[in-house]
Amino acid sequence: MTIKLSYEIGKNDFAKAGTASSSIKKVLRQLGISADLIRRVAVATYEAEMNIVIHSDGGNIILQVIPEKIQITALDRGPGIADIDMAMKEGYSTAPEEVREMGFGAGMGLPNMKRCADEFSITSSLGNPTELIIVFNI
Amino acid sequence: MLRVNTLVEKLQLEVVAGADGLEKEVKGMYVGDLLSWVMANIRNGNCWITIQTHVNVIAVALLGEASCIIIPEKAEIDEATIEKANIENIPLLRSPLSAYELALQFGKLDSDGNQ
Repeated sequence: MTIKLSYEIGKNDFAKAGTASSSIKKVLRQLGISADLIRRVAVATYEAEMNIVIHSDGGNIILQVIPEKIQITALDRGPGIADIDMAMKEGYSTAPEEVREMGFGAGMGLPNMKRCADEFSITSSLGNPTELIIVFNI
Repeated sequence: MLRVNTLVEKLQLEVVAGADGLEKEVKGMYVGDLLSWVMANIRNGNCWITIQTHVNVIAVALLGEASCIIIPEKAEIDEATIEKANIENIPLLRSPLSAYELALQFGKLDSDGNQ
């Protein structure tokens, strides 16, 4: 069983935000993945999706299911993260005020993703795309 | 078992949208407006009270598997949120009471053996 699905995420597209995560959740449910694991994948994917909406110039969320593993890749088109160590700190956020008023930008996205995942990696630098790879063992 | 429609009746909630989901089972309550925090901590079946009324609350409720959303203090709700709640069958409820008052009433209902 190998599945690969890609979802386009638009910059500042709050109206559609969450669609990719909801769709991925439905796919995993159809595959008979356990409820607890689906929940962890859904939380991490939603955080990654919101990060692309809020912070990037747009990008993609890619779901890959291979035997034993689920991988979520979040790849954007920049502008990159200046200080990854700071970005990983709980409570640190560069989100603008209007986004915070919506209840986002609490500085919990990346730490939440890492907590949900079995493996987590982030590659980024200023002026370049950011790539998150989030792996879950089935 | 406590269902959303019982909650609507006992707490005198206004059903703003998602009436098709009123048969859902309610298991506990969660109160929060910081969406990442809610996502990380809400539990399956929770009735979620939030003052956030934009469309993204529906995605959070869906992914967090909330049974329903209650908007307290008669806050105004975006049209897009109402549409999305109807599409996803998430009961979107509203009350003139505060989150605290709603939680108190819910607590009584829950401890009365869900009657």
